[in-house]
Amino acid sequence: MIFDYNVIWENLPLYLGGVLVTLKLLLIALALGLAMAIPLGLMRVSKSQLLNFPAWLYTYVIRGTPMLVQLFLIYYGLAQFEAVREGLLWPYLSDATFCAILAFAINTSAYSAEILAGSLRATPHGEIEAAKAMGMSRAKLYRRILLPSALRRALPQYSNEVIMMLHTTSLASIVTLIDITGAARTVSSQHYLPFEAFITAGAFYLVLTFILVRLFKSAERRWLVYLAPRKA
Amino acid sequence: MKTLALLGALALSMLSPLAVAEEAKPLRIGIEAAYPPFAYKTPEGNITGFDYDIGNALCEEMQVKCQWIEQEFDGLIPALKVRKFDAVLSSMNITEERLKSVDFSKKYYNSPARLAMKAGTALNDPLVDLKGKKVGVQRASIYDRYASDVFAPAGIEVVRYSSQNEIFLDLAAGRLDATLADAVNIDDGFLKTDAGKGYALVGPTFSEAEYFGEGAGIAVRKGDTALADKFTAAIAAIRANGKYKEVQDKYFDFDIYGD
Repeated sequence: MIFDYNVIWENLPLYLGGVLVTLKLLLIALALGLAMAIPLGLMRVSKSQLLNFPAWLYTYVIRGTPMLVQLFLIYYGLAQFEAVREGLLWPYLSDATFCAILAFAINTSAYSAEILAGSLRATPHGEIEAAKAMGMSRAKLYRRILLPSALRRALPQYSNEVIMMLHTTSLASIVTLIDITGAARTVSSQHYLPFEAFITAGAFYLVLTFILVRLFKSAERRWLVYLAPRKA
Repeated sequence: MKTLALLGALALSMLSPLAVAEEAKPLRIGIEAAYPPFAYKTPEGNITGFDYDIGNALCEEMQVKCQWIEQEFDGLIPALKVRKFDAVLSSMNITEERLKSVDFSKKYYNSPARLAMKAGTALNDPLVDLKGKKVGVQRASIYDRYASDVFAPAGIEVVRYSSQNEIFLDLAAGRLDATLADAVNIDDGFLKTDAGKGYALVGPTFSEAEYFGEGAGIAVRKGDTALADKFTAAIAAIRANGKYKEVQDKYFDFDIYGD
């Protein structure tokens, strides 16, 4: 059997629509996730148990359960309860896109929070001591020194998280969304050509991954240059 | 010449044990066990249902040992083609489109396609009344193809799912306005359950042969007509000896074979 290009060519609009859905899911989920991850990360390095424990529990539960399980719980699980179906949030929760973004954002916020916490803990003592010697308050210390430097040093790890999230968005096809994988499943089932359909999806993910890697490389070159190995 | 004869003998000697092995190997049948009452799981996790019982009756009739292999519906034909199993007996309707990639036995049942919606919905012309509404269909099913070709161009939003059970969940949750599916499947898998309270079969019966074919048959790999014929003969045999009616009466109180 030979590779059937025609089917892929005819369905290209479906795939391109899928790319847009994938990017929309990814970008919104990442933005929300990061916004949640910063306070969570700060809580995770706090000495106060009152702050630390809830954040620890959150990241432990989210990182300890598969993404697919979380998505099923949010999409199919919540809909089971009449109180939810008649609640104020139902117009949102009945929407597959909203459910997928919510699940992805919760998931990435837990991982990003741990990345940020690790990066905060690894802040060189000298930087903190210098800030204290300058008479900075705690809030100023966090705002001017700890967070900017931790966020920078978290970049390489965070780029991994972003790429993992890109691949995780393929789960959206399970809750009826036509993302790249959803497009591939549609093409595969309509033409019985799973190889062509999924290899095309794979190619799209490869291209997106490549773009993300390049973006993070240039971000690292801009913000992490002071940590790069010295050129001979 | 001598070498050729030798090669021929060698080939023959290699073929015969293979042929024997073929005889002893069980016939592997693919099924999707999430389509009540045709195929579903008992609380203990065993497969049961009309398809399953008919399949076992056919195997008994053909005097072969059968092994059931589960697979999601949209993966059944691909898995059949790559020889993960030898036949598909999973309420698969015989259609032109599918005949391009597989062969079928004659039908073993034929039940109509209907829409399920909130009870009391007035539906005169689905194409007009459903405009802008969401209709759930099982991906790669004949209902998907019909909905994609006829519903979607009329401005009806077609939402595709992996299994019919997920559609019933979303219909009950109010995410969908309707589902287009097999009438028996809707009745047994949804309307008779608690979740299906307040819903009903509405609108006309869909039976365009171009989409819905002549009924559900047993799919085999393209060219495997010997197996398809064996199934066809066995279907005729169990219909004649009363075995078919026995299975039918277990699940339905009407004639599911259709004429």
